[in-house]
Amino acid sequence: MSAGGDHIVSPKIYVTIWLILLAFTGITVAAAYQNFGIFNPIIALTIACTKATLVILFFMHVKYSPKMIALVIGCGLFFLSILMVLTCADYLSRAWIM
Amino acid sequence: MSDSQTTTLQAHHHHDPSLLVQFDTAYQQKDASQFGMWVFLITEIMFFGGLFGAYLIYRNLYNPAFVAASTSIAIKWGAINTAVLICSSLTMAMGVHSAALGARKLLVFWLGATLVLGSVFLGIKGIEYYDKYTEHHIPGANFDFNYDRAEKGEKLVPADVATQTSIFFALYFAMTGMHALHMIIGAGILVFLIWRAYHGAYPPHHYTMVENFGLYWHFVDIIWIFLFPLLYLVSRSPVH
Repeated sequence: MSAGGDHIVSPKIYVTIWLILLAFTGITVAAAYQNFGIFNPIIALTIACTKATLVILFFMHVKYSPKMIALVIGCGLFFLSILMVLTCADYLSRAWIM
Repeated sequence: MSDSQTTTLQAHHHHDPSLLVQFDTAYQQKDASQFGMWVFLITEIMFFGGLFGAYLIYRNLYNPAFVAASTSIAIKWGAINTAVLICSSLTMAMGVHSAALGARKLLVFWLGATLVLGSVFLGIKGIEYYDKYTEHHIPGANFDFNYDRAEKGEKLVPADVATQTSIFFALYFAMTGMHALHMIIGAGILVFLIWRAYHGAYPPHHYTMVENFGLYWHFVDIIWIFLFPLLYLVSRSPVH
């Protein structure tokens, strides 16, 4: 587990992450008004995933936490991907047998 | 005598009331507590995952309805609320930071700021829900997507698409409503934390409760980070 002791993260890092998150919010709104065709949802979700990763790593301290926490999150995302992929494999392929 | 036994005895000698008997050290207790919090958050990811999965399927099946319905909700409020939640995550992180430093008054201040921002978010959500109510966009007997679109100079959508938009709105209210419920529960816990923190219940060697609540609050922020583009930004470009 952890080496023992709290890693005190500098408020400067928090403020930097906060500014990046606000900037990404502006970018995702601006991008939504442009027509990138199929890439619109891909851009929106890429920005959302980047924002979520920043929150998890810095605000939620996972960057400074025991590796086991990262493993728990990895397991969760793996099961989420099973939920999404297998559901899509069903629904998106139903039209093929018509 | 092994190291862990020595530590246990020392801990008991110090009579640290915050260290439970099943743990050797405060760090072990804290790690176990955070591990448990993360496992809980994973179950929350799976819970919201079901809603996101339903959204994914219906967005594929009824894309024109999703475009029409998403464009009818006010992007202004959604974007402001995203910024409000991101600010509340910063104040929450600063709260945990203050707790780690043992700054009691600052901890109370940052938790208070988080509560205020959380309440602002819920207030704005209330305005949005009220707008949807007056527009007859709440699924049910009075649902009529085209209700006042002509008066407001918006394009009427074909009857079949108008009916299908109720699927988007059902998901919109289920997802934002479940998110808002998490915010309301979070605000309630915040009131408790502020009261306890004011009375000095979270010294620097024992503030796991504040830290774990921080994890919960940031998690609720992350859910919104995904809800915002999926519900408000389906398609805003004029070509569609």
